[in-house]
Amino acid sequence: MIYQVIWFVLWGTLWALYFMTDGFDLGAGILHRVLGRTEEERKIVLRTFSPLWDGNEVWLVTAGGATFAAFPTTYALMFSYLYTALLLILFSLILRGVGIEFRNKAEGPAWRACWDIAIFIGSFLPALLFGIAFGNIFQGLPMDAAGYHGSFLSLLNPYGLLTGLLFVLLFMVHGAIWISMRTEGDLKVRASALALRLWYGLVLIAVIFLVATARATGLYHNYLAHPVLFLLPAVAVVALLLAGVFTIYRIPFRAFTASSLAILCITFTGIAGLYPALIPSSLDPEFSLTIFNSSSSPYTLKIMTFVALVFVPIVISYQIWIYRVFRGPVTGREVTEGEGLY
Amino acid sequence: MDTLALSRIQFGVTAAFHFIFVPLTLGLSILVAYMESRYVATGNDLYLRMTKFWGKLFLINFALGIVTGITMEFQFGMNWAEYSRYVGDIFGAPLAIEATVAFFLESTFIGLWIFGWKKVSRRTHALSIWLVAIATNLSALWILLANGWMQKPVGYVLRNNRAEMVDFMALLTNSYGWLKFVHTLLSGYVIAAFFVMGVSAWHLLRNNRAEFFLKSFRMAAVFGLASSLLLAATGTFHAEEVAATQPTKFAAMESLWDTQKSVPYYLLIVPDEGAEENIIEAAGIPKLLSLLAFHDGDSEIRGLKEFPRDERPPVLPVFLSFRFMAGLGFLFVLLSFLGVMYSRGQGLMSQRIFLKAMLFAIPLPYLAGQAGWIVAEVGRQPWLVYGLLKTSAGVSQSVSPAQVIFSLAGFTLIYGLLAAVDVYLLVKFSRKGPDDDVSSLLPAGGKQEALS
Repeated sequence: MIYQVIWFVLWGTLWALYFMTDGFDLGAGILHRVLGRTEEERKIVLRTFSPLWDGNEVWLVTAGGATFAAFPTTYALMFSYLYTALLLILFSLILRGVGIEFRNKAEGPAWRACWDIAIFIGSFLPALLFGIAFGNIFQGLPMDAAGYHGSFLSLLNPYGLLTGLLFVLLFMVHGAIWISMRTEGDLKVRASALALRLWYGLVLIAVIFLVATARATGLYHNYLAHPVLFLLPAVAVVALLLAGVFTIYRIPFRAFTASSLAILCITFTGIAGLYPALIPSSLDPEFSLTIFNSSSSPYTLKIMTFVALVFVPIVISYQIWIYRVFRGPVTGREVTEGEGLY
Repeated sequence: MDTLALSRIQFGVTAAFHFIFVPLTLGLSILVAYMESRYVATGNDLYLRMTKFWGKLFLINFALGIVTGITMEFQFGMNWAEYSRYVGDIFGAPLAIEATVAFFLESTFIGLWIFGWKKVSRRTHALSIWLVAIATNLSALWILLANGWMQKPVGYVLRNNRAEMVDFMALLTNSYGWLKFVHTLLSGYVIAAFFVMGVSAWHLLRNNRAEFFLKSFRMAAVFGLASSLLLAATGTFHAEEVAATQPTKFAAMESLWDTQKSVPYYLLIVPDEGAEENIIEAAGIPKLLSLLAFHDGDSEIRGLKEFPRDERPPVLPVFLSFRFMAGLGFLFVLLSFLGVMYSRGQGLMSQRIFLKAMLFAIPLPYLAGQAGWIVAEVGRQPWLVYGLLKTSAGVSQSVSPAQVIFSLAGFTLIYGLLAAVDVYLLVKFSRKGPDDDVSSLLPAGGKQEALS
């Protein structure tokens, strides 16, 4: 049914947009105390994404909501099978959100340090856990007629951890480039330098990941059957390389565009490899959750398609507008004068 | 304890926490938006200071509403997978729409509102908080239409071993959902009104910033009176809907055991759930319950004993919560009426007993709201979807009790901590009072830019 395919693409798009947007929030959150050597610098780093993180996080809420609306059986089994991992992601995101909002509401290094740790954990863990979760989804979860045979610990297998590491590095690079784009002076230079160092690591892990994916997952089957799909990882690779090149040449805006494109294409690469499954079964293909066996009724899918086609472009438009409002560098003056209401 | 019992407790705990923070956001967003609009319209700095002061309190609370909300979306899949699979075709859509239409709007524009004071015109900036207020109220519509469907399932058929939607308009126009939505919205407005009145009262008792807090109090009192009157009215209509569609819940609310006609309203009831009767039924107003329920003093109301025991909700919590909530509802009307009366002119400051009462009244609308949700959700038991799916059939099959103990402990700890921090910050900034320095909100140089 065409709507199931449409929603597969939309589902993938929502995850891709989430990783592209919240990816830099999470990366910057991981790095804010590393790059921010003084209190003023830390405030600056946080302020580069404080106006934006909440709107970015909603892409996750929407991805989850879309999974529920379009593929309710997948939503139900994914969220219950991956209970502990999702729970930890949830706790972390709570800590991150509250950390960002509360950090500057009181004076005192102890108070700020406390919330800075919350921001760090709340940025690092979701990045890692999303990677682990998707790594395991790519491999397929051990599910069959008797149900789920995995556990939280079984998610921490080598390929899962590798994907986790990939996501962490990817978001850290994305976040560091973002910071270099949104700051000035010494902070900008250091962010750029850190982005480059992390980028070398990222490229190495990405290569290992591409090879490991061939061996640990069935993702390449779709690619071998339809070689035109190789365009996706090809663009991802080129974009990733350009992110490094532009960072070396100190053009952060283009570097950020490149890393954004890379994240989008990496996500789509994984999604395209999964098709038509949403969560393959590693035990028995009969029990894979696919768009065909886990979707809502055609009626519901049609309604949701209409809603998505009307509202998602509107959302993207005003989010782009907000990014443009906040496009300049964050200055020291902004944070020392406590500009704004926070 | 098994996964089911633990998951029930967890849902109750997480929902209760969510509903501590959200209602204040619903109401205070409107008040703050109104304050900023008055500033834009009049150029009077007092309104800007009001926006800054009450807005700061609003923001402390706002973040917690957001983060506790994500938990709810995740929890349906995590703990109630069978439910999600069974009704997802219908229930998933309003949740996805809530995110697409409302969450994006509120979360995106809140960033502009907090940080964009100097980056956009005053009008645009005021618009952003209105968008946040509208979005937050709109999100309530979608989740309550979803809950409304759980209470009064419409527009579906049973097919393919699940419930499938066949009439989206039926879901959208479900009267149960709309009554619940309006009633819940108004409860948020009352919470916000009493919050502003209470904090204002604290300062007025100390003769602190009189003009500022008299104005704030007045605004909140008018908002509170209108809201509490409408709250009582919608509550009545909502109860009528419950009487018509959820007889077991209604019987539990009123502790009615035997089906009867021309049912009186007893002001005092002491139920004995075990014996399936009321030990005391006193001060009865003849025919009033029948009248309230069905507009007909002689109409028949079904009693609990008409239903098998395993289809009845727990009576004591539902009955007590309902009476507690309704009683407080009348108190809110009285107190806000007095607030409106006393705040005419300058006489409010001398009403010290009243001001003290308003200070201590701050938690009351919160308690009433929690009680209302107990009526709504505990009263629906044993049903998850009334008449269609029992709660016990909706729980996740693959989740172990150990996992839920871990999550329940985690939520209780984290939420408890955050609630404590929330209260600490709210008290700290409430007591601090308004900041006269609004330069952080005005364009460079502090000059008023031209209205555009």
